Amino acid sequence: MALRGDWVYENNGGTCVAIAGSDYCVVAADTRLSVGYSIYTRDYSKICKLADKCVLASSGFQGDMKALQKNLAAKHLIYQHQHNKQMSCPAMARLLSNTLYYKRFFPYYTFNILGGLDNEGKGCVYSYDAVGSYERTGYSCQGTGGNLITPVLDNQLKSPSPLLLPSRDAVTPLSESEAVDLVKDVFASATERDIYTGDKLEIIIVNATGIRQEFLDLRKD
Amino acid sequence: MEWGAVSSEGKEVSTILESGSQRTLSPYVTGTSVLGLKYKDGVIMAADMGGSYGSTLRYKSVERIKPIGKHTLLGASGEISDFQEILRYLDELIIYDHMWDDGNSLGPKEVHNYLNRVMYNRRNKFDPLWNSLVVGGVKNGQKYLGMVGMIGTHYEDNHVATGFGNHLARPIMRAEWREDLTFEEAVKILEKCLLVLLYRDRSAINKFQISKITEEGVTISEPYALKTNWDFSAFQNPTKGAEGSW
Repeated sequence: MALRGDWVYENNGGTCVAIAGSDYCVVAADTRLSVGYSIYTRDYSKICKLADKCVLASSGFQGDMKALQKNLAAKHLIYQHQHNKQMSCPAMARLLSNTLYYKRFFPYYTFNILGGLDNEGKGCVYSYDAVGSYERTGYSCQGTGGNLITPVLDNQLKSPSPLLLPSRDAVTPLSESEAVDLVKDVFASATERDIYTGDKLEIIIVNATGIRQEFLDLRKD
Repeated sequence: MEWGAVSSEGKEVSTILESGSQRTLSPYVTGTSVLGLKYKDGVIMAADMGGSYGSTLRYKSVERIKPIGKHTLLGASGEISDFQEILRYLDELIIYDHMWDDGNSLGPKEVHNYLNRVMYNRRNKFDPLWNSLVVGGVKNGQKYLGMVGMIGTHYEDNHVATGFGNHLARPIMRAEWREDLTFEEAVKILEKCLLVLLYRDRSAINKFQISKITEEGVTISEPYALKTNWDFSAFQNPTKGAEGSW
């Protein structure tokens, strides 16, 4: 595919964050859709609910984002017909990885975070690169504001080293409302410096009760 | 691909040229910005009628806004021939859908979704349709306005504009748009935007069509021109700030 031009991709920007707690998961993304120095729209949702306890937040190229969401939704519909149940978050995580790797040599230009509850009801966050390599973590941040937000999350959430044996839980010690407040703060901060992040923040909170949605206005400049 | 000779048995012997198939590597005849905006009882859209061959104004009467079915308006910027091919796709789609004779019809949402998939599929084949499209319409009291780009980027909003329009017209529309705009107010906003584009976009021309779509149906205006004013002080003496040059 050496003949491929660079016109087949566009970076529409955006930032995604997810934080897992012992019994909840917070997934958030801004709603700005831009290209270069122009804004397409200030109100584009980058978060997609894939199953009852599983949501996907993506940034990157909007065309690929939508194609990926549609692909996963179609696969999940077939899964429901075959197994008469909703797909679990760890299963969806592997499906997403395989779906991304399937296009290894003409990748979906998307940066994804999958958040939700695992089979024990514990919060889980899966973080990906564009070609499908993935990892379960306690929190994650991707997209154009990733470089600004990640070190703040590292500082505030101090997750135990993955080298420790026996391995420790990666979930954060924060309460649900503390996690939501942290997410609001990191987005408000990223919006100050990242021109691709802003306008509005969409926050999805998954817990045993179900899924809840919140919005917060961000700077529009 | 070139059609080959037909052998004596009537069997086709086709030959593929070494160059293989052609794809759009750069556009030939292009149209500039399209503007669209929702108002009280529908959606209105505006575009000029120029068809540029590079920087040459090759055509002066290109209709770049067309009705699709009963509930949809489609406006196009970019390669005119690709737009006309898209119109053929849509014609087939609408007729095929009509033949079911089940009382259903495709609305703007469906047309937009179809175009999103067509544009994205063609970019996946590295054979893009070189357009930015604006889709607007009303069905069952629901207003709809969206846009699709050449590689399949798409979104909905209360007002949209392609190309230069996104830079020059969107800020005006953002400042002046309201949910309850009357038709007259909406036309006024669009004409203000068209005038800015006419002054600042080299390939824009002073011959426009404005079209509206409501629950009652589509109306596309006759071509008309706007009154321009070239007496702005900035236009009066353009070399004033650069004395000593020619």
